[in-house]
Amino acid sequence: MHFDLTPEEVMIRDAVRDFAEGVVAPNASKRDETGEVPFAIMQQMGSLGFFGIPFAEEWGGSGANTMSYALAVEEIGRVDASLGLGFAAHVSLGCSPLYYFGSDAQKRQFLEQAIKGVYLAAFGLTEPEAGSDAGGTQTKALREGEHYRLNGTKIFITNAGHAGYIVATARTDPASRKISSFIVPHDTAGVSVRCDYTKMGMRSSETCEIHFDDVVIPAEYRLGAEDKGFHQFLDILDGGRISIGALSVGVAEASLQASLAYANQRRQFGKALNEFQAIQFKLADMAMEVELARTMVHKAAWLKDRHRPYAKEAAMAKLYASEVAMRASSEAVQIHGGAGYMNDFPVERYMRDAKLLVIGEGTSEIQRMVIARYLLQEQNS
Amino acid sequence: MKILVMVKQVPDTATRIRVGGDGASIASDGIKWVINPYDEFAIEEALQIRERLHGEVVVVSVGPQRVEEAIRQTLAMGVDRGVHVKTDVALDSYQAAAALAAVARQETFDLILTGKQAVDDDAAQVGPLMSVLLEVPQVTVVLKLSINPDTQRLIAERELEGAIEVVELPYPAVITAQRGLNEPRYPTLPNIMKAKKKEIRVELLESLGIDVVPKVRITALTEPPARPVAKILTGDPLEAAEQLVNLLHHEAKVL
Repeated sequence: MHFDLTPEEVMIRDAVRDFAEGVVAPNASKRDETGEVPFAIMQQMGSLGFFGIPFAEEWGGSGANTMSYALAVEEIGRVDASLGLGFAAHVSLGCSPLYYFGSDAQKRQFLEQAIKGVYLAAFGLTEPEAGSDAGGTQTKALREGEHYRLNGTKIFITNAGHAGYIVATARTDPASRKISSFIVPHDTAGVSVRCDYTKMGMRSSETCEIHFDDVVIPAEYRLGAEDKGFHQFLDILDGGRISIGALSVGVAEASLQASLAYANQRRQFGKALNEFQAIQFKLADMAMEVELARTMVHKAAWLKDRHRPYAKEAAMAKLYASEVAMRASSEAVQIHGGAGYMNDFPVERYMRDAKLLVIGEGTSEIQRMVIARYLLQEQNS
Repeated sequence: MKILVMVKQVPDTATRIRVGGDGASIASDGIKWVINPYDEFAIEEALQIRERLHGEVVVVSVGPQRVEEAIRQTLAMGVDRGVHVKTDVALDSYQAAAALAAVARQETFDLILTGKQAVDDDAAQVGPLMSVLLEVPQVTVVLKLSINPDTQRLIAERELEGAIEVVELPYPAVITAQRGLNEPRYPTLPNIMKAKKKEIRVELLESLGIDVVPKVRITALTEPPARPVAKILTGDPLEAAEQLVNLLHHEAKVL
């Protein structure tokens, strides 16, 4: 056993870090104020191969692995969590369903362009009456010969405004709770997308509401077999948790680095803040938790790359790392004092962004349910 | 078009440099090594020329095992293959130029591109020395380069103090790159993955017939004197201004 990254993983991390610092960081705070979605930067990420990191070259991927993907999401998230979220949602939720469950024709028609960054991809699961409880899904997709007719509403959908397609879950039989999933091209008649939520944080990440109003799509846009949607999205969410964990590590790391810099520069009572034990203890706790969170994210990624069961570890990584991001960003504001509450320093942005991490793609409470379910299964087997 | 790009691995410009125990070299522990920034302009120019005129871009670098990492980075940017002249001996500019010229003779070339200088020793010798050893023309500190493959001639713009000089010359030739020549690209991730499958040929300094005894030996390195502590003038603005003038006059002697 060893903890070294491979030379390729190091090169990918460094290349993404250079891009993050050179292209993403300069206007991250400004975008947080304006809520501007940096689609041009996302397209550039696509053309550099960021979106294809965990996918095979056959489909336009970069042929790397989940570990490299986690490193890349951390690096983007460290300078701009909103963009990190858009990146993670595009790859893990938008592209992965087609990569893992799509037919060759579907991959050729939709996935390759999403990987290239021609457009983004969105995952429509959450509804007014359904979220983690997918059984409450109200969207219907009724078979009509060689077509399906979709009606329903999806909420809080990341990237939908720039999405070329939306992977949407729906019930094909109103009497059954079984779910299927469909690829809905954004320009299909009856699809309307509104991205005008006002959010606490993650402000330059695009969050949308989608209405399907008598949307008719060909039957060949169904993803996999009918009634398989539930298993598909459980799989997709398992993978997504690794990326939200990585994003959380990025926010926590940024909080730690900002705190170290400020505590070195700010003087009170004739000495630098970092000479006070009260501050040193905070810094030590933050550094320890960042390290533990990163290690857990890497373990989950490592398991996935070896095709071993990783769902429990992915939930642990997401739960722990997001709660670390919450604590670290809150402590970063505390160390900055009054200055930290102002938007002259980025730490108040980190704190607002971190709150999404303990909610999105399964709240902390859902993660604990998932972990406990595996524990009980292991006990009973 | 076959282009050789000569690349040097240097300490990251953000690294704090300390003098090593022998007093004549830098302490290498904790240093982050990067590609010499001026060489990155040379790599980018070579890749752009290949995109326009086709051909091959080969990177050549001299140094210890760690240099392989720098060569891999150039392969990730899109360079076709690399040659690593391996040696643990610290070379002077002439030896480095002789080693690179020996590889250039083996490889043959239309163009040699390299940075105008390396940011570690700032000697700016290797490009010009290669041109002498290979008996080909050279243009240094180049800001713009255009190539006419039909006439086998180059037009290069080079930076002078307050002016741009335009020169025309035949190639094969040696060109040294200045900041402003282009904007080096970010490596693409598929290219990073492909880089490990690309060839890096290893040559030993000795087998290239290079004399390992340097002509120039570094006898001592000293760190710059510590900067004096800043004086902060406080109190009444009028008095502070008087003190400031006084200090500028008598201590800093700039007035």
